[in-house]
Amino acid sequence: MISHRIRIVAIVNADSATAVLPPDFEAQGEEHLLRGMERLGRRGIPVGCRGGGCGVCKVQVLAGDYRTIKMSRDCVSSAEEAQGYALACRLYAESDLDIRVVGQMSRAFNRTGLGPSADRDPVSAGNPPAFDMSWRK
Amino acid sequence: MALTGVLRPGHVALRVLDMSASVHHYTHVLGLLETARDAQGRVFLKAWDEHDHHSVVLREADSAGMDYMGWRVDSNATLERFAREIEASGLATDLGWIAAGEHPNCGRRFRFTTATGHVMELYAEKDKIGNGMPLINPEIYPDGLVGMAPSRFDHCLLYGDDLDNTMKLFIEILGFTLTEQVVAGPDKLVISAFMTCSNKPHDVAFIRQPCKGKFHHASFLLDNWGEVLKAADIISRNRVSLDIGPTRHGITRGETIYFFDPSGNRNEVFSGGYISYPDRPALTWTDDELGRAIFYHDRKLNEAFLSVVT
Repeated sequence: MISHRIRIVAIVNADSATAVLPPDFEAQGEEHLLRGMERLGRRGIPVGCRGGGCGVCKVQVLAGDYRTIKMSRDCVSSAEEAQGYALACRLYAESDLDIRVVGQMSRAFNRTGLGPSADRDPVSAGNPPAFDMSWRK
Repeated sequence: MALTGVLRPGHVALRVLDMSASVHHYTHVLGLLETARDAQGRVFLKAWDEHDHHSVVLREADSAGMDYMGWRVDSNATLERFAREIEASGLATDLGWIAAGEHPNCGRRFRFTTATGHVMELYAEKDKIGNGMPLINPEIYPDGLVGMAPSRFDHCLLYGDDLDNTMKLFIEILGFTLTEQVVAGPDKLVISAFMTCSNKPHDVAFIRQPCKGKFHHASFLLDNWGEVLKAADIISRNRVSLDIGPTRHGITRGETIYFFDPSGNRNEVFSGGYISYPDRPALTWTDDELGRAIFYHDRKLNEAFLSVVT
C-alpha cells in the first residue's frame, strides 16, 4: 500500500513558540491526513468533526502534491485554497508533505474579551471559532 | 388543552456538503425516513414516531451549519398572535412570512432571526402522514426500522452572543420555561440557558459565545441506555466520526452519545432526563462545576465538544 510521510514543520497557534513539533506520521493510500494521524495515536493537528465542516483541523501545505474534496467555504476561502490551505480531514497526500498547522481548538482560549484573538493567523478569513472562556478571568 | 402556544420543535434545516453521503447518514445510520424531495434538491425526513410530514430538511451548500429551526404552534390564531407580539417586542429581526407549500405539506411559516443570530420559524399546519401504524389498535413500533431509529427530533443546542435577548424572546414572548442555566463569575453572568415549551428538560438550549447563528447539535430521542450503547456500535460499524460518549449529562440528566454527519454537523442521540412542569424550580450550575454539568462521568471540560461548531 502506498503511504506518504507527513511532516509538521510549524504550528501557528502553538502554546509556545519553542514548543517541540510532533513526530512525522504516515498517511496511507486513500485515507485523509487526519485519519493517518489519528489511527496510530499521533498528535499535532486538532481533531474536530472530521467532515470538512468545522475547520479546527485547518493546515497549509508548504511542499508536496495533494488533492482535496469539498470543504466548508466558511472555513477555507477560495483564495486560501489557492495558497495551499485545506482541512486535514479533506486532504489526501499524493507525495510526502510538509504542512503548517493553522487550526486551533479551545487551548488557545480567547481571554481578552469577545473579539477575535490577536495571535490568530492573519491570512485567514475563515478561522475556526475557539471556545470563549473570557468569563473565567 | 393544557399544553398551548408553541407545541414542539417541528423541524431543523441543515446545510450539507454532499447530499448523497448525507442522505445515507440520516437514513441508514441515524435511521430517519425520507418523505420528500423538492425541485431545489432539498431532502425532507422524519423520525418514525413523528406523525408530521418532516422534521429534518437537508440542503446541499458550500458550508455546513443550520439554516433555521421551526416550531409547531397550536393554531393559526396563535401563529398570528405570536407574529404580532414578536414584532412588537423588538427582540427579533428580519421578520417575514414564508408561503404555504414552500416546504412540501407545510402551511405558511412566520420567520424571524433571534438576537443570537439564529433563524427561527413558527407554523401551525403540517400534514400528518402517520407513524406507520394504525391509530386504532396499533402496534408499539413499526416493522423495518433501520439504524439507530430515534422516535423523534427532540432539540437543538445553539451558540450565539446576545443570549439575554434570545432568552427574553423565548421566555417572555413565546412562553418557554427556563429549566437549567449555567452562570459564571461573581456577576452570575448566564452563559448557557436550557428552555422548554413543553415538559421536557429542554426543547432548545443556547451557549453564550462571541458569534452569531452557530449550530452545536441537533438531537434525537432513543428509548433507553441500551439503545444509546447500540448507537455507539452503529457509529463504529459505519465508520462515523465519533465526538464523545456513550456518557451521561449532569444538565438534563440525559444518557447520550455525540457524533458528526458527513459534513461535520453534530448529531446527538439520547435517552432519559426528567419531566419538567412549568412550576419546577430552575436548576443552576456554576462555571467552576461546568465539567460535571456537561459530562457527569468524566467531570472535566472537553475541548472538542465545546469548540467544534458549524
